[in-house]
Amino acid sequence: MSRAFRLLRTMPPSALVGAAVILLYVLVAVFAPVIAPYPEREVVGAQYLEWSSEFPLGTDSLGRDMLSRLIYGARNTIAIAFLATTLAFVLGAVLGLLAAVLRGWVDQVLSRIVDVVMAIPGLIFILLLLSVFGTSITTLVLIIAILDSTRVFRLTRAVAFGIVALDYVEAARVRGEGILWVMRREILPNAMPPLVAEYGMRFCFVFLTIAALSFLGLGIQPPAADWGSMVRENATLITFGDITPLLPAAAIALLTVAVNFVVDWMLHLSSGLKE
Amino acid sequence: MRDIVQLVIRRLLLGLLTVLAVSLVIFGAVSMLPGDAAQEILGQAATPESLAALRLQLGLDQPAWLRYLHWLGGMVQGDFGTSIANGQQVSSLIGERLANTLFLAGLAAIIAVPVALVLGILAALYRNTLFDRAISALTLTAISFPEFFIAYILILFLSVNLGIFPSISNISPGTEFWERVYRSLLPAAALSLAVIAHIMRMTRAALVNLLGLPYIEMARLKGATPRRAVVVHALPNAVAPIVTVVALNLAYLITGVVIVETVFVYPGIGKLLVDSVSKRDLPVVQAVCLITSLAYILLNLLADVVAIISDPRLMHPR
Repeated sequence: MSRAFRLLRTMPPSALVGAAVILLYVLVAVFAPVIAPYPEREVVGAQYLEWSSEFPLGTDSLGRDMLSRLIYGARNTIAIAFLATTLAFVLGAVLGLLAAVLRGWVDQVLSRIVDVVMAIPGLIFILLLLSVFGTSITTLVLIIAILDSTRVFRLTRAVAFGIVALDYVEAARVRGEGILWVMRREILPNAMPPLVAEYGMRFCFVFLTIAALSFLGLGIQPPAADWGSMVRENATLITFGDITPLLPAAAIALLTVAVNFVVDWMLHLSSGLKE
Repeated sequence: MRDIVQLVIRRLLLGLLTVLAVSLVIFGAVSMLPGDAAQEILGQAATPESLAALRLQLGLDQPAWLRYLHWLGGMVQGDFGTSIANGQQVSSLIGERLANTLFLAGLAAIIAVPVALVLGILAALYRNTLFDRAISALTLTAISFPEFFIAYILILFLSVNLGIFPSISNISPGTEFWERVYRSLLPAAALSLAVIAHIMRMTRAALVNLLGLPYIEMARLKGATPRRAVVVHALPNAVAPIVTVVALNLAYLITGVVIVETVFVYPGIGKLLVDSVSKRDLPVVQAVCLITSLAYILLNLLADVVAIISDPRLMHPR
């Protein structure tokens, strides 16, 4: 506990602000039903109402309360991005560790597959797969997780390759530990700092990708409240100089900026730079 | 010199192999379609007879490898098949739009690359000053913004409030060159912001990495000004990483156009791709996917080749 507190005190202001913003988002997402004045999917007024005391941010293209959808959007958008990133990480890290420990043909096969997948522009490949398998949340999460795991694989493999060569890993092998033990207890803890920073970066990337897909109408589908689709649905208001449709986009931007600030600090920590 | 030629040739062959592997992956992904294309086209109205007839017409009765070779052969000759949605030739759908997209991406690159390089060099020169920190925070913010956010902010200020630029890029084959530039300027600006941020950060990082080396200290000690140390001594050695980053970001433009073209209703292949995905028009999606991957691989290849050539150690083998 005291260690966590000490870590908190060494954080630069930008990282502190970032962490606070992330915490705020998580709280809003968890307590959405308590905070939101109206239900997520209910039509409560006329279309495109202006900001008022009844509807603090007005209503959307169908007459649903903007503020409530913004709050519920935190839930859907963040949860799905979180799920996809975590899945990508588990997949990429396990395969990356395996490739580094086993080497030989396992490493060759996995690395060549990753090379080919990464030679196709990410968003374009996702769009291709979505048009084949259709747009549902499950396929969306799986496609993004599998494609994104390639980058985690590369990083994990590179980091683990350096660690595998060290004496204490050799010692563990000599005393007869199995592959899983070596992967989990010897290599993973020492590969953690860069992986944690990478997790933050990948989250931003996945989050922005899902937002972009939803904005294109190919991601999270209505009537679920989601920030990307909210911008798309209400975009016409912008041509009248109304900033309401920009709020969900700003919500996305603020979270990614916050995560990036924290990641920047973590990268600084793990690189050991005292600049 | 022979070393370089050998390296470059090996890299080019590897690139060709990648293109083949990628085409196989794209073809394979589409073959994973639950049901098949014939069922997709006919939908609910399918009778067993009409399905069988359409399968024969589309060549779906042939084995997968034969269809792959046929498809690849067509691609090489510029025959991309016919669109499911409207029966038009895919090549005629893509042709004009590809040119429009290349124009937009080129315009964005012309704006972004010089600005980013100058900013990156300045940031490295005045590192850890207020200027550097401000630029660093600004670029980090620009990277974190979704493209459609940047695009709509530009629309809100420059086209709705000030009325300088049109909010929709209405471009047709007959549009004059400068008119075309004017109408594409806003989407190009939206595209270039993220690219500027990436290139600038990497340029700065590449230069700052070098500035810690003894030969730079030597240059400073013998009296070279900081500017001379950075521009004359550090910059030539940073060319390889910088070129790589520039190429990667130009490749990024290929995916960036998808969003920006949708926002500005710009008639390019990004917009075409999005429309085709929602219609599940697979031949078009497949073709666009292959073309963009090709551009992506070519740019990466170019970066690698430039990196090889720019390494003077390879020019004079010991």
